[in-house]
Amino acid sequence: MGRFVVRRLAGMVAVLFAVSVLTFLIFNVIPSSDPAQRMAGKNATPRLVANITEEWGFDESLPQQYLTMMEKIFSGEVISYEGREDVDERILEGVGPTFSLCIGAAVLWMFFGILFGYLSATRAGGLLDRVLTIVAVAGISMPVFLIGEVLLVYLTYKTGILPSGGYVELAESPLEWGEHLVLPWVTLAIVYVGIYSRVLRSNMLDAMNEDYVRTARAKGLSERRVMSRHVMRNSLVPIVTLFGLDFGALLGGAIVVEAIFSLNGIGEYAYISLINTDLPPIMAITLFGAFFVVLFNALVDIAYAYLDPRVKLGESAR
Amino acid sequence: MYGGRTSLLIGFAAALLTTLLATVLGLLAGYFRGWTDAVISRALDVVWAFPVTLLAIALGLALAVGGLSIGPLHLSGSSLWIPILIIGTVYVPYMARPIRGEVLSLREKEFVEAAEAQGAGPLRVMFGELLPNLWSTIIVFFTLGVANSMLLEAMLSFLGVGVQAPETSWGTMVGSGFQLITSAPQLSLIPGAMILLTVLSVNVFGDGLRDALDPHSKLRLEVHAGMPEPEGTAV
Repeated sequence: MGRFVVRRLAGMVAVLFAVSVLTFLIFNVIPSSDPAQRMAGKNATPRLVANITEEWGFDESLPQQYLTMMEKIFSGEVISYEGREDVDERILEGVGPTFSLCIGAAVLWMFFGILFGYLSATRAGGLLDRVLTIVAVAGISMPVFLIGEVLLVYLTYKTGILPSGGYVELAESPLEWGEHLVLPWVTLAIVYVGIYSRVLRSNMLDAMNEDYVRTARAKGLSERRVMSRHVMRNSLVPIVTLFGLDFGALLGGAIVVEAIFSLNGIGEYAYISLINTDLPPIMAITLFGAFFVVLFNALVDIAYAYLDPRVKLGESAR
Repeated sequence: MYGGRTSLLIGFAAALLTTLLATVLGLLAGYFRGWTDAVISRALDVVWAFPVTLLAIALGLALAVGGLSIGPLHLSGSSLWIPILIIGTVYVPYMARPIRGEVLSLREKEFVEAAEAQGAGPLRVMFGELLPNLWSTIIVFFTLGVANSMLLEAMLSFLGVGVQAPETSWGTMVGSGFQLITSAPQLSLIPGAMILLTVLSVNVFGDGLRDALDPHSKLRLEVHAGMPEPEGTAV
């Protein structure tokens, strides 16, 4: 087990390296214009461009450029030329709101996703199942910004029930913190509830047709026990995988939701930088986000090995 | 209204690109195995490790500002090809993996052996024997791909890194309408609702297709008569 964990973490480092190289290629090599010019932003002066070329070493060889970029990002020296601010510092400030948003939304969507999935699988073909299926497909097809905008228009501008956006520190006032986050939580959770309930439903239906479930029933176990011990247990494993991936991806910034509700987190920072075509922050945020995805991927694999003894520890799972 | 043209065009073109790339990569990796498979699979893993939206946004921003040159071909930052290329590429791993898996099991079947015994080369086995057996998977993934591509396009355009200025799409309309959401919410809500309806119809259509094409699901349909088939797409 210990060896598996070590190997998985080593694999993670390798993937992170590949990801950082890809990020470098995306920003500095693939596009056809001068990288310094792009980085300097809209109000670039020739002098600034020359300075950036010098600083980032754009006149040197590609591997050297890559090293310079990594060094800058990890030593916290990246500055946004558009906004004149320290990028790494700004990202750290955004961690509070972004994590509050993601964790809250994750609790919501796991609860409702599992509840709906369970209800529709146990009543497959019935009325409730049909209604929930329609709701789930609608949720999956919903552009995130549409949910956000509808909630925003009807619950804040028209009726003023909830604040329209912004973020209040949890330590400052837990009540206001929650009040400001309710809408973003719901917005973010709706899409995932759709996906999770559908996946769980189909897994449970698969599991219910398995022989071991028939055996369990034949043994005379109560329906409840069959469901919780035999069906649910096996159906939840893929949900855990999915959750790890989705949650990891969100920590890099739930850009659209944060932009709509001006949460001032990492996602909103990304949004503002996008509007200003400000490259250095996007570069740092991309790496930051990819880090969490890779981390959660590894965590999921390790959790898998604990949950499912069939996973051979030698090969990488999934 | 004309924005819908762009949205649909990008949705279909990107899904087509994803399908093409994923099918070819999946076939190659699954048929040759060995280190062809290793190289393709690892490359897909790296793309997979990126959050789809972040990868698309990074590419979108970098290319919208810079444009793209592939050999003699030059695309300016505002070309519609750029969002199509981006969206078409980021979803490839999600489709190539299942196809590879299916090819891996198909190539052990007797009909492949029979074809090889007749002296069929790798190309003929891949495209003549294996591909026809993959159609149902490919079609189902293609419809899901259209839905996902349209959603991603809408999101990118909303953020300003998808479809660029002279062109419009439903996504850019939602984005520009969002600035006026307090005074004229309909500017943003109506194109948003159009996206929802279109994607919803594609998804429902895809569900139906899956019921019709997937023999596995038919089997299950007989067990639980008349229930709609679930889908298992990971976004």
